[in-house]
Amino acid sequence: MDLLNNLILGFGVAFSLQNLAYCLIGVALGTLIGVLPGVGPLVTIAMLFPITFNLPAVPALIMLSGIFYGAQYGGSTTSILVNLPGETASVVTCLDGYQMARQGRAGPALATAALASFFAGCVGTLLIAIAGPPMGEWALAFGAAEYCSLMLMGLVASAVMTQGDIVKGLAMVVVGLLLGVVGTDVNSGMSRYTFDVPQLSDGIGFTVIAVGLFAVAEIVVNLEMKEAGEVFTGRITNLMPVAKDVRDAAWPTVRGTAVGAIFGVLPGTGPALSTFATYMLEKKLARDPSRFGKGAIEGVAAPEAANNASAQTSFIPMLTLGIPTSATMALMLGAMTMQGIEPGPQVMASKPELFWGLIASMWIGNLMLVILNLPLVGIWVRLLRVPYRWLFPSIIMFCCVGNYSVNNNAVDIYLCALIGVLGYVLVKLECEPAPLLLGYVLGPLMEEYLRRALLISRGDPSVFFTRPISLAFMIGTLLILIVMVAPAVRRLKPSAGA
Amino acid sequence: MKSGLLNNKDFLAGLLFIAIGGCAVFFARDYPMGWVERMGPGYFPTALGIILCLFGVYVMLRGLLSREAIKGEWGWRPLSFITLSIVVFGFTMEKLGLIPALLLMFFAAAYAGREFRFKEVAVLAALMSAFAGGVFVYGLKLPYPLFGGY
Repeated sequence: MDLLNNLILGFGVAFSLQNLAYCLIGVALGTLIGVLPGVGPLVTIAMLFPITFNLPAVPALIMLSGIFYGAQYGGSTTSILVNLPGETASVVTCLDGYQMARQGRAGPALATAALASFFAGCVGTLLIAIAGPPMGEWALAFGAAEYCSLMLMGLVASAVMTQGDIVKGLAMVVVGLLLGVVGTDVNSGMSRYTFDVPQLSDGIGFTVIAVGLFAVAEIVVNLEMKEAGEVFTGRITNLMPVAKDVRDAAWPTVRGTAVGAIFGVLPGTGPALSTFATYMLEKKLARDPSRFGKGAIEGVAAPEAANNASAQTSFIPMLTLGIPTSATMALMLGAMTMQGIEPGPQVMASKPELFWGLIASMWIGNLMLVILNLPLVGIWVRLLRVPYRWLFPSIIMFCCVGNYSVNNNAVDIYLCALIGVLGYVLVKLECEPAPLLLGYVLGPLMEEYLRRALLISRGDPSVFFTRPISLAFMIGTLLILIVMVAPAVRRLKPSAGA
Repeated sequence: MKSGLLNNKDFLAGLLFIAIGGCAVFFARDYPMGWVERMGPGYFPTALGIILCLFGVYVMLRGLLSREAIKGEWGWRPLSFITLSIVVFGFTMEKLGLIPALLLMFFAAAYAGREFRFKEVAVLAALMSAFAGGVFVYGLKLPYPLFGGY
């Protein structure tokens, strides 16, 4: 059986001592930093990203994805204990998780979050293993026109689905595409927007954008706001959920996993939307909906399962099509590109050890999270009390040194400061930075495919509508736009303050 | 909340988009455009710039109608000192070495916070710089001198 052979190959790669070590380091670092107050998964990845740059491709990606789900797990810990969601994906966990903590049930809440995430992670990993190869094979038939339409769909979806305004989201995509243009044009060798700065001829570095936009701007926003709320200071005594908790949480976990897995592969939706959807589903199904928001364990299990499942399945379009569905996946894609791997369906065929090793390591990483985190909860709680005034200069330090280490030049540092300012202004003007990052990552590829598609069709733009797969993506793009303008769906979108 | 032009968030966002789009078109004027079948290096960015300007005009006009204000104040202090700390690091890294650059960076960054306690910052800066030196120079073997330029 192919699947089995592939998984054996993957586990063979992932179980090498070196990769296990990097997986562990990634998971531990991710949790450690993600648990710090005011530091969400995106900041964590953006900040630690340059460290992985000096590693070979496989361990680098294994470590990076370890950081990713570690940080996500750390984020739910802060949601439960401090009522401070690191990112929108854990906003929902706050509602009931924090209430559980206040009722002295922080332990079971944390354990439920960990176990539900683990279950969802296992299912998610299996889904990638099953769905990946057929997706990749299907995508091998794609020509330039199909890719171009697919990217358009992904970009439009990312703009439309993020919280906030659709038109601004679309404009941010265009800004990102333009930032991606900077550098030497591959076709003509001409320098574009480099202003005679030699360091710009390779384009604006990926780390520069990611760190500036997500870490630096985030710190300024945090500093401008009031100090964080009360920190849960009670001792966590009984960690394990009682039998009734397990019964109550079991089905919501399964349903959350299913919802999350579906949302994860849809472009632009990502973990955040899936948690909202599953929370509403549980509330509808519950016999007594009024318990929600007052410490219902279902309200922790379902969204935690959903965000982990969708975090896993969002790897499917990223790995098989080369299309990121969220800002975090854009970061992963950027990491792959920096490692010299051209993302797309050919990755699975040409680098099976990377693809399957990564998948196997995800499962191992999820297992490590459960083993690592439950006994270490006490340490994480203590970390929550580290004041932000110690944290933010240290984060800046990692950003600076990390960014400098990529190219060893100061221009990158100045650019990062500049992007940070831009990022802060954009946040103040309520423009979401995530679509910008997606645009930036996909920009150069999209231009290339656009040129190629129109060259082959001899300049006839109808090529995007006459080829069936491309047409399907175009219709998909249109549908996303239409559906999102409809008021019923807009209400479902997570709003910043929800 | 109603607002004047200078803190009207959509007006300013639109203006920013128009500025970026305008710059994109302006600086692309010397790049050969080519035509649809054989796009030159100027085609894609010029098209994007124009699209961005159109989005910008729409957002700006909408801002003029809705007049929604920016939430909260501009955080000038954190913005300027965080930016300064990064620039200082970039500037001193190659001239003074990793440790002095990090020490300066820490002091500049700490000024961005609400409270600045000199002793605390000094201890934090010293500890973290030593840590960074250990991890990056000795651990990851990055080729930077701890002190002195290169």
